[in-house]
Amino acid sequence: MLPDNRGYFGDYGGRFVPETLMPVLDELAAAYQEAKADVAFWDQFDSLSRDYSGRPTPLYLAERLTKHCGGARIFLKREDLAHTGAHKINNALGQGLLARRMGKQRIIAETGAGQHGVATAAVCAMLGLECIIYMGAEDVRRQSLNVFRMKLMGAEVRPVSGGSRTLKDAINEAIRDWVTNARDTYYLLGSVVGPHPYPMMVRDFQSIIGKETRQQVLDKSGRLPDYIIACVGGGSNAIGIFYPFLNDKAVKLVGVEAAGRGLETGEHAAPLMAGEVGVLHGAKSYILQDSEGQIRETHSISAGLDYPGVGPEHSYLKDTGRATYVAVSDDEALDGFQLLCQTEGIIPALEPAHAIFYAARIAGSLDKEQIIVVNLSGRGDKDMDIVVEALGVKP
Amino acid sequence: MSRIASVFKQPAHKALIPYITVGYPSLEATLEVVPVLASSGCDIVELGIPFSDPLADGVTIQKASFCARKNGVTPHLCFEVASKLSQKVDIPLVFMTYFNPVFSYGLEEFCSACNRAGIDGLIIPDLPPEEGSELEASTQKQGLDLIYLLAPTSTETRIRLVTQRSQGFIYLVSVTGVTGARDRLPADLEAFVGRVRQVATQPLCVGFGISTPEQASRVARIADGVIVGSRIVQYMEADDSLLSVGNFIKGLRHVLDELPGEEKR
Repeated sequence: MLPDNRGYFGDYGGRFVPETLMPVLDELAAAYQEAKADVAFWDQFDSLSRDYSGRPTPLYLAERLTKHCGGARIFLKREDLAHTGAHKINNALGQGLLARRMGKQRIIAETGAGQHGVATAAVCAMLGLECIIYMGAEDVRRQSLNVFRMKLMGAEVRPVSGGSRTLKDAINEAIRDWVTNARDTYYLLGSVVGPHPYPMMVRDFQSIIGKETRQQVLDKSGRLPDYIIACVGGGSNAIGIFYPFLNDKAVKLVGVEAAGRGLETGEHAAPLMAGEVGVLHGAKSYILQDSEGQIRETHSISAGLDYPGVGPEHSYLKDTGRATYVAVSDDEALDGFQLLCQTEGIIPALEPAHAIFYAARIAGSLDKEQIIVVNLSGRGDKDMDIVVEALGVKP
Repeated sequence: MSRIASVFKQPAHKALIPYITVGYPSLEATLEVVPVLASSGCDIVELGIPFSDPLADGVTIQKASFCARKNGVTPHLCFEVASKLSQKVDIPLVFMTYFNPVFSYGLEEFCSACNRAGIDGLIIPDLPPEEGSELEASTQKQGLDLIYLLAPTSTETRIRLVTQRSQGFIYLVSVTGVTGARDRLPADLEAFVGRVRQVATQPLCVGFGISTPEQASRVARIADGVIVGSRIVQYMEADDSLLSVGNFIKGLRHVLDELPGEEKR
């Protein structure tokens, strides 16, 4: 069972944080172990997942997309239909319940695209917890709709103008808040990154996606899929759908990173494809860094993938070969985005549009009996401004 | 005994340990200020190697790190600067930086470059002892002290762990928080230092948030050394003649030397 008791997935993970936080992480790990073993905790999680988040989300056979690609059948796991519009609600709900159980009243979180911020704001409103969201100033600008949603639900949004003004800097600032208010604040981290136990805990809450998918695909087609494809920024939606299939060796797991303007340009967000091992935000993993060990600026059209690190379990899955990782550019993601809009009447977020593009590309070369599942991790309403600007759409 | 450890062997003497970011406001300023610090009564100087994501630092050192990197400061350059400084001054020099630049350099290579440059120790705020064994193997080989930190949140178990592993001294973080000047130190500082003192055999130096002679005096009554960072960086920003930073240090030295005899241990 990974991670080991030091929080390592093979060579990756661990706890590289200031001393102030080490006792807090010990306390969190212990509280999570206790909750994990408590049936009542999971009953509550399941019941709210059903009645609040709207789970299980459907597994949808995308017939016109399948026909268009002319090969394998493509199923979409409809996380875009979950409450607040993305898979992020699963983790926010799980950790929100844990925070309340630990007696923490003040919740902080970081957000990139704003989806984790919105999910956290919703859960905090529902559980009656104070909520502060750190968001890069650049992301505040490009995802303004989500900023408004967070504020409506009572969260305070703090723009972060240091560094590259995106997700990485929002995490830095959230960690600074946490170090300062370590005793009474719960840091509701939004992806499978950060120090142990976050990569494990977030994976566990998100693996509800894969558990449902496994049952649904068996019900609908009597067999397991050939491919599971998901986008990877920090990697929480991907781990969530991959994890329950790890032992099904015939199922190929593919993570799609953001190639931005192209891997060769250096303007991308693909640490697994083009990075090296390093330490960022408390964990050892593949990261994008320069030759001096400074963290590099990243670029992706999708704010949720615009991050120089990746969850340590993905680094482990890459090295062991259990999952493979590819990268899709901004332009290709926009193609995937339009393809899904036009063939299925579903507007995806720009993050899973990367996965859609890759699925469409390989589907044609596969047999009609084969099955691809794409994790449609979120819906695209938040991205309208960016897409309009990129495509020059006239109203 | 290491050069750092011997600082604390002087009878009735409290160590004064300033921090500066290498290359901020300029490389020349770094080269000039360290001799001033040494001659104004400092015992050890911490040289900060700037990192892109300084998550344990407040706004002052964040800004200094950002500007230093813009000025072209890299770990390689910091080794050059350290070599020059260790020729100029007699007091021990330690590097303070985050783990990734060290990891990226290569642990063994980094430590051997430290040794060649005359560096005496390392402080790495995002490297707790749980993750430090590999680096310790290299620091030991190169005769460097790896100085670990404790915080007010540290449990008794963690205090024991750090006292077993820290070399040179133990860096006590005065507050739960990031670096930066503060109006007041926490009320439970004495209790925290006392908890560590019961277990530790190493000298205890307190840092984070100390910016006035009054605060330094209060800390020196209970600790073996006082670490001052952000305030020094601010003085260097404000006055490039280095007169005010020199006077500030002399003022701190004065209050540390004027403590009543029984409180000097």
